[in-house]
Amino acid sequence: MSNIKEFDCRPVSQEGAESPMAWTHQHHESRPAGPNPGVRIAEKAFLGHLILRGGAIVLDEAVRDVLGIALPGRPNTMTQNDAGTHSVQWLGPDEWLVIVPGGEEFELEAKLRKALGDAHFSIVNVSGGQTVLTLSGTNAREVLMKSVVYDVHPSAFPVGKGVTTVFAKATAIIRRPAEDHWELVVRRSFADYTYRWLLDAAAEYGVTQERA
Amino acid sequence: MFHIYCPYCDEYREEEEFHPSGQAHLRRPADPANSTDDEWGGYLFFRDNERGVHHEMWLHAVGCRKFFNMTRNSATYEIYETYKMGERPSVTAENVGDLKRQSGVQAETSGWQTVGARPESESLNEEEQA
Repeated sequence: MSNIKEFDCRPVSQEGAESPMAWTHQHHESRPAGPNPGVRIAEKAFLGHLILRGGAIVLDEAVRDVLGIALPGRPNTMTQNDAGTHSVQWLGPDEWLVIVPGGEEFELEAKLRKALGDAHFSIVNVSGGQTVLTLSGTNAREVLMKSVVYDVHPSAFPVGKGVTTVFAKATAIIRRPAEDHWELVVRRSFADYTYRWLLDAAAEYGVTQERA
Repeated sequence: MFHIYCPYCDEYREEEEFHPSGQAHLRRPADPANSTDDEWGGYLFFRDNERGVHHEMWLHAVGCRKFFNMTRNSATYEIYETYKMGERPSVTAENVGDLKRQSGVQAETSGWQTVGARPESESLNEEEQA
């Protein structure tokens, strides 16, 4: 067991909690959706995000034991459970992003630390630092084509892929957990910019915003 | 725009995601306290300004955030190869001419590295000829 002081940074009560989108929602009226919106934008707020760093072989064993998901072995891929609630994404040769339902991250961190023992690793809880935006609908890919330099054609970006790349003038992690469903993991400070960029880019296809 | 091959991401990515980080393969003096001013100053401040084949460090800044090495031509901007940190380059100034000839590309072994690198206007090249 590593000699690290752990504390749960999630408040006991979620009352009054604000996601990184809160400011945007307060300052911008939701636009009325057209009859046949081509793009749906939603936020998956308050999820648990952990950054795992260390050797792939050691981490893989621990993540399999604790989460029941294999660590993605190939670069720019992600693995998830059948329900799609828990996912592990490759960010670098020694870095992975784990996203779990909100409230589970602290327990998961403790379990992983126990499973990893004295191995050389690092786990950082970054739940407060980033949020997940989801993009779906028939024109979701067109919106991404306008926004990122990465090739999002299905032949280059199959389901289960995830890359960190340039989004507009900011940075985002773009992943494709399902056929017609994209996720953007954005930094807290870029959330407003990214969200409003998405609304602007998606305006021509008709866009609905789902607010929590 | 270049497509640069990131040896860690294992694919070609846009140039926009990368950042150049200067000359590669610098060796830090093993004993800084007992190194001469020349050695230490050279390590800290003085870099080669090669015309032709140059080994550089690059950072995949928006991506896997790893440093890697690149061998490229500073005159033609041709990228010969990228390779991971700690590895040795397979293309060097000594063998680039041979490699070019093998792959059927016309090349010179000194001066301008490739024929295509010569500016169309000779007046641009006066300094070189002087």
